[in-house]
Amino acid sequence: MAETGETWAGETWAGGTRAGAIRAYAALVGGKWRSMLSYRASFAAELLSNVGATVLDVTTVFVLFRATATVGGFTLAEAILMTGLTAFGFVLADLTVGNIDDLKRYVRTGQLDTMLTRPLPVLPQLVFTDLPLRKLLRLVFGAAVYGVALAVNDVPWTAGRVLLAAVAPLGAGLFFGAIFVLTASFAFWWVESGEIGNGFTYGGRDFTSYPITVYAHWFRDLFAYALGFGFVSYQPALALLGRADPLGLPAWAGFVAPLVALPAVAVATLAWRTGIRHYRSTGS
Amino acid sequence: MSGIDARVLTISPDRPFRASITTFGALAWSGFRRYSTYRQATIAGSFTNIVFGFLRCYVLLAVAAGAVGNRPGGYDATQLVTYVWVGQGLLAVVGMWGWTDLADRIRTGDIASDLLRPVPPLVSYLAADLGRALHAVLTRFIGPLLAGVVFFELYRPHRPQTVPLFAISALLAVIGSFGCRYLVNATAYWLHDARGVQMLWTLGSGVLAGLSFPLRLLPEWAVATLWVATPLPGLLQTPLDVLVERDEPVTQVGLVALQAVWAVVLLRLAHVVQRRAERKLVVQGG
Repeated sequence: MAETGETWAGETWAGGTRAGAIRAYAALVGGKWRSMLSYRASFAAELLSNVGATVLDVTTVFVLFRATATVGGFTLAEAILMTGLTAFGFVLADLTVGNIDDLKRYVRTGQLDTMLTRPLPVLPQLVFTDLPLRKLLRLVFGAAVYGVALAVNDVPWTAGRVLLAAVAPLGAGLFFGAIFVLTASFAFWWVESGEIGNGFTYGGRDFTSYPITVYAHWFRDLFAYALGFGFVSYQPALALLGRADPLGLPAWAGFVAPLVALPAVAVATLAWRTGIRHYRSTGS
Repeated sequence: MSGIDARVLTISPDRPFRASITTFGALAWSGFRRYSTYRQATIAGSFTNIVFGFLRCYVLLAVAAGAVGNRPGGYDATQLVTYVWVGQGLLAVVGMWGWTDLADRIRTGDIASDLLRPVPPLVSYLAADLGRALHAVLTRFIGPLLAGVVFFELYRPHRPQTVPLFAISALLAVIGSFGCRYLVNATAYWLHDARGVQMLWTLGSGVLAGLSFPLRLLPEWAVATLWVATPLPGLLQTPLDVLVERDEPVTQVGLVALQAVWAVVLLRLAHVVQRRAERKLVVQGG
């Protein structure tokens, strides 16, 4: 490691030596890969439980529809389109920036200091240090549910809908990614923020797994419109299905819904940058 | 002088029972005190439980609105609401997730010092866990319950025996959950890294204990199999069913008795596993 350490030392991310940075990230991922291979049984169990988590989320929707034909005015097939879109988008985010959840541990133990001394930005370091390869199978399953849902629903295909069908999971992934970064940034100000972030990341996933017509009052307004979760899966699904929004938003809202990821990413970036500047180490 | 000193509470030869009780009580109190120092975590955890309470409550109410007779799984709307909110509070009391103390100590080798103590690890961890559960009853249980009372209409039990039976059922749920967690953690004696097993446990326990939805929404055969063949419904579903009076009084007592049987089986199993591990234990670390 000494030699590689020296070659990185003179290089900075912002400088022209992008190749050096790529080598550094490759080394981080390679380290993760090797450590994973040394605990094969655990890795297999983690791979299984990860895909299992998404399987159970989808199964839950089927179980609930055993008791009733429609939930919040939507059929099983329509609801599965929202569940599938959420599952796909959420796993995209979880696979890439999901382990940023660990930021509080890095802040508490002071490990973040080590990362700050390296000539690489902290966010990609956090991402690549612990790239959760165990979540790959989950991504395949999430994409499959979304694909099947698109097939079983009677989607009146147009060029616009084809584009929307392709962009919506990416928008959902970006949005959830922003929520992951935003909630992890809490740790810069409140180290013991603990599970609060889960309420918005996993809570947001649960919220967007069902048509938002099932929620009521201020709770729906808060999550769907103020926080933007209503545009992650519900609105795009309405547009794909060609259904009018029972809650009154115009039909075009669904087609532009994936753009909600942009302000979310902007807010998350701002929170992250402010947090990094605010960080003064634990002092230990 | 304060009440804390370096004396070790040992089991005295002349008054063994009383000394054991004192030791157990002291260990439980230490568990209580440990969790009472995590104030911010308590607040953060309650917040998250409340968010999930809203999510699950609204989804189940939407299911009830479309179900035959508005009674999915035999629950009416107020019973479902109570099921969700008390369930969110009870989740923290039962504490199914996040306990890796034993596995961590096995991995690092610290377990060696636990084995030198005059109290077996199974007993000392059980005592500390009961202390943790009591702390959760006084803190984590309250938040979701209040949210349920404020924003929804909760079910009022009609039978006089319901609340005491719920208390017994909740205690058995804590013991059952502890037994399961001890067994999950104890796999570290053989695997060193129990994370995979722990993830499988976290995954299965929530759904199969009735957290995501009441298990009565599943087909009959699945419900019967889960109840008899696994301890999982006893961790949440049974106490909640007791509280919302889902079944006839006799059935309820029967379900709680089943929980008791599982609690004994799990503790016995944990004891056997611990003995087996001690016989071949190679302490890790330096």
